[in-house]
Amino acid sequence: MHIPDGFIDLQTSAIFAGAAAICVGVSLKGARKELDDKSAPLAGLTAVFIFAVQMLNFPVGAGTSGHLLGGALAAVLVGPWAATLALTVVLLMQGFLFADGGLSAIGLNIFNIAVIGVWVGYGTYLIVKRLLPKRKSSVALAGAIGGLISVPAAAFGFVVQYALGGNATFSLTSVFTAMIGTHIVIGIGEALITGLTISAIMASRSDLVHGWKSNETKLVIKGI
Amino acid sequence: MHSLPAHLKIVAGLLFIIVGVATSISNWQAFIGYFLVIGTVLAIAKLPVKKILSRATVEIPFVLFAFLMPFFGTGEKFELLGLSLYREGLLAGAAIIAKGTLGLLVAITLSGSTKAREIIGGLETLRLPALMVQIATFMLRYVNVVSDEMERMKVARQSRGFEAKGIADWKILAQAAGALFIRSYERGERVHLAMLSRGYVGVMPVMEKPVITKFQRFSVIALPACALLIFLFTNMIWSR
Repeated sequence: MHIPDGFIDLQTSAIFAGAAAICVGVSLKGARKELDDKSAPLAGLTAVFIFAVQMLNFPVGAGTSGHLLGGALAAVLVGPWAATLALTVVLLMQGFLFADGGLSAIGLNIFNIAVIGVWVGYGTYLIVKRLLPKRKSSVALAGAIGGLISVPAAAFGFVVQYALGGNATFSLTSVFTAMIGTHIVIGIGEALITGLTISAIMASRSDLVHGWKSNETKLVIKGI
Repeated sequence: MHSLPAHLKIVAGLLFIIVGVATSISNWQAFIGYFLVIGTVLAIAKLPVKKILSRATVEIPFVLFAFLMPFFGTGEKFELLGLSLYREGLLAGAAIIAKGTLGLLVAITLSGSTKAREIIGGLETLRLPALMVQIATFMLRYVNVVSDEMERMKVARQSRGFEAKGIADWKILAQAAGALFIRSYERGERVHLAMLSRGYVGVMPVMEKPVITKFQRFSVIALPACALLIFLFTNMIWSR
């Protein structure tokens, strides 16, 4: 469920498309520097994974269910550069192949989800991880809190866009309360799934988790 | 329709949407014109109705949002069929539905008449960075493999008597998601190494470039051109 065409006016859409393009450009550079020739397959598989995992339904009860959004999870698993690229591609494909999210609003959606969602999630993760003891379980907990914050942060991006160029008559405060309120609830679900998924991966292949790898000490050969 | 070059279709669709979004809803005659134009294009493309409807469901939340707007708003009120509605809210709600649907129909036409591979090729021609194109092609090639993997895991869970009922079951589902990540990661690694060992240097071999005829160019440009004409025409006649 992404912003459709005509919901936010064209000027605002253009501004955010420009901002999103700059952020994706920076991520392209960052990913190349950090991952060199591995960046394409790594970001590609992350895109595939996020796309597939969004189809996995998590029942909430009373017949409803939710799914993972995955911004913070992707950032913790493969690093924020590759995560931004992967989510951008997922959004582009959803817009162009599945008509989900307006084509003129694609910059808005990329900015909220692939930029704000990923980077706020990752930033929160880094801060929380620093506060926690250096244990494996801290990665999952920090990732969960990253997920918790990333969802209302992305919703806040929408509120800003609505304030700048929303084509609707609801007052800003009511949109703010409704959007942030519902997304805090969604964020709690996101936090649970993100944390549980990270701890499942940490249990068997902790070497694949980017957020844990950067914690490791380098192998040093002492004396011969 | 199906054989037109993808990058031209993307540009034409985008221009059409931009003209539509830029039109004020008070100029409602123009929207009738736009819907006639895109309706004709959809008819020419001969897309299955079922597919169109199933794609259109993504719009439902916004339609609900738009329906609420005439009832909860501010400003001038008026009576319609015994209901007291906000004029501005009604207009804005109608605009959201009209423009959203217009964009949706364009996107459905585009995706329905163009192969996914061609859309990525079109975006490449439109200067989407090479790395993004690689990521997108990678995603496209493996999305079915990975979603099949997920389906098999689901069958495996069910055959062991697991049924997801509520939040208590999330741990199992998250473990499945984790396993899915590890499996996709390992597959990505294998595929990448296999590609490298076959001489992959970051670009896919390009097949011969298709020739774009003048007729094709003309027929693609016709879509936004029609919209622009409708926009100017209705503006001239009704909006003075």
